[in-house]
Amino acid sequence: MRRYLGLLFRYRGREGTIAWAFHRISGVGVWLFVILHVIDIYLIGGNPAAYDELLAFYASPVGRVMEVLLGAALLYHALNGMRIIIIDLWPAMTVHHRKIWWANWIIFFGLGIPGAAIILLPLYRDQLDGLLRTLGVS
Amino acid sequence: MRVSPRSSGRIKPSGRGTEVAIWYLMRVTGVLLFVMALAHFSILHFIWDPAEQTAEFVTRERWNNLFWRAYDWTLLMLVLFHSFVGMRTVILDYIHGARARVIIMSSMWILAGILFVIGSLVVFTLPGLET
Repeated sequence: MRRYLGLLFRYRGREGTIAWAFHRISGVGVWLFVILHVIDIYLIGGNPAAYDELLAFYASPVGRVMEVLLGAALLYHALNGMRIIIIDLWPAMTVHHRKIWWANWIIFFGLGIPGAAIILLPLYRDQLDGLLRTLGVS
Repeated sequence: MRVSPRSSGRIKPSGRGTEVAIWYLMRVTGVLLFVMALAHFSILHFIWDPAEQTAEFVTRERWNNLFWRAYDWTLLMLVLFHSFVGMRTVILDYIHGARARVIIMSSMWILAGILFVIGSLVVFTLPGLET
């Protein structure tokens, strides 16, 4: 495993190769979730009680961390996919592909950090309320 | 300047066959999913919280109108196409034996077919639609 990870990051393709590897990993990850998601939606009609139980897991701390990972995979795949389409439709942009890659990371964290903060809010809401009370804000 | 062949996407296949059509369709569905999948994720994680979502919520609140049922079914069709064709690319990259390819790809299309049927079934048959 370490050998493969080493190969992935030392390979001379640099940003382009890492972008490709992440695209593939995030794509397979989202595909796995799609299978789970179609099955869970089917439960609404087939077994509503099981659906409610599963959604309670999605709302649990472990479930929320997994949702953040799902959101990250989805957002990365979406942004990098746009980068691929830009380069495909406008080949002159290929020389800027590294700049687009770094711009993607700015958008990724710019949207992703607030997004993760909202999804994980129930995990730290009490502490946040306590802090705001101490500061006299609420 | 050296540019890795992997810097851009998969190289567009030449000719006019199925592979070219797939190459274009992956990009078209990709753009549509960029908007529709990210909107879907945002609505169900930022506007609604998973803690509020039950079978009752989906029946009475989320899927009580035609727009969201049509939206979710369109999203299902796009994501099934995009993800299974994407998985086909991954499998063809790593699985080289002819027999293994046939077995794995057949299982993949069967799985895609099952998801198509059960996903469509629940969108079309779940009661609660107010017309």
